[in-house]
Amino acid sequence: MNILIKIIYAIISVIVAIVWGLTLGGIVRKIYARVHGRYGPPIWQPFLDIIKSHGKRVSISHGIMFYLGPVFRFGGGLGTYLFIPVIYGSTVFANFSMAGDLLLVMYFIFFGQLGMALGAGEGGHPYSPLGIARGLSQMSTFELPFSLAVIAVAIQYNSLNITTIVAAQQGGILNWTLFTNPFAVIAAMISLLGMNMHSPFSLVLAPQEIPIGPPIEMNGSFLATLQTNRGLFGAAKLVLFMNLFFGGATNLPIMMIKTFLIYLVSVIIGASFPRFRPEQSFRFFLKWPTIIGIISIIFISYF
Amino acid sequence: MKKEDIEKIEEQMKLANEGLPEKERQLFSDARPTSVPPLNKYLEKFLNWGRAQSLWFLGFGTGCGAVELRPLMTSRFDISRYGIAGRPTPRQSGVFIIGGYASMKTVKRIVRSYEQMQGPKFVIALGSCTINGGMYYDSYNTINRIDHYIPVDVYIAGCMPRPEAIIAGFNKLKEKIKTGKADGMNKYAENFDWYKKNQKQIIKDWNMPDFNW
Repeated sequence: MNILIKIIYAIISVIVAIVWGLTLGGIVRKIYARVHGRYGPPIWQPFLDIIKSHGKRVSISHGIMFYLGPVFRFGGGLGTYLFIPVIYGSTVFANFSMAGDLLLVMYFIFFGQLGMALGAGEGGHPYSPLGIARGLSQMSTFELPFSLAVIAVAIQYNSLNITTIVAAQQGGILNWTLFTNPFAVIAAMISLLGMNMHSPFSLVLAPQEIPIGPPIEMNGSFLATLQTNRGLFGAAKLVLFMNLFFGGATNLPIMMIKTFLIYLVSVIIGASFPRFRPEQSFRFFLKWPTIIGIISIIFISYF
Repeated sequence: MKKEDIEKIEEQMKLANEGLPEKERQLFSDARPTSVPPLNKYLEKFLNWGRAQSLWFLGFGTGCGAVELRPLMTSRFDISRYGIAGRPTPRQSGVFIIGGYASMKTVKRIVRSYEQMQGPKFVIALGSCTINGGMYYDSYNTINRIDHYIPVDVYIAGCMPRPEAIIAGFNKLKEKIKTGKADGMNKYAENFDWYKKNQKQIIKDWNMPDFNW
């Protein structure tokens, strides 16, 4: 019976994450539009796009992997989200947090991309492999500073359990990793820019360059699954960063405010800078954020 | 009916793909497009509402009218507030805007792009040239009526129509979609032979499959 209640809680939690992730996407589109001097689409536009994509009457497929690509991607998003405790102290939003879940979450962040690479490759469009090559290379490079930051955090709290890390940051703003281990937060926030794939790191979906990128052949429900995952995975990443570096959240409104503010960093930088070329982006991640990540480990081990 | 007769009819229903060389024919499907009936009343109404609220048009400028699509996306007219956005791939877009005159060469690309789009798909014909040829009515290399080659849902007359006229055309299309009258995809499937005959009269070097990409 216990596991049944747990499953119901997980379903509620996933739905809340999807809705919040998609709403965030809508808000961000609105912000970008205002920066451009436009009025912008309504905040609920991502939901309408998903309804529209599901409403397609015919849908073309290119083979089994083409079916499995979006499924893997969604599975990756679901896996990432389900092992992160969203709200500290809440039973409904605790998800399946356990000892060592941080490693599992980092694995799942990579997993979805690899699945998508297999699926999109079967589409046969030349832009798909181009986007995949860019995406996976960039992913490998921004994983490096992120992993260093996570190692620094693990050394600091002597744990790989996200719940323990959040618990250690309770009791005041100065207990946050942001203040106790600032170098790790800087390195991780720079790698978050790459993860969120806003400009200047928007290499994968790069409009005007390789339009749409890997999912270029995805249509109908395939695309709708990817769009749903964008909401879920987006929310999961932000919640992970909130837990690791910004003290977690004790209730839903705090979670919303914190994730929005973390996302806003990407949006401000995205709205102000043009896009990097692929090699510039890779070199950038391997240079400064990596050095800052190494400094953070030295800082937390010896000072 | 006997099983053999059914197989015979099915064999006749297959597309010949005659434009392709023999060795390439097996790479393409030979199935014809089929008309898809709407779902039950309320679900279809809901989906039609959703379709009308999110229109992605194919970013393929087929004529001079395409120049009027750029201001639509920028700050002065900002079409995204109506849930309309450009999409660079036919697989994901649902609206095809024929931007003015269509030359013989472009008709081939229009047909290819239109067939790659996933239904329900809608066509907006922009400018007088798509209605009756306009100022190119007697040209040797443009077609006069685009609706002989693909089904059209909304016409926007003028040479050139202003961006405001295009927004009005989009709103007209939204009304048609909501009432379920914009059914070009099924119309194309039902009159497939007629459309193909017209297309093949115009496109002389038909080196592509008859349908299905």
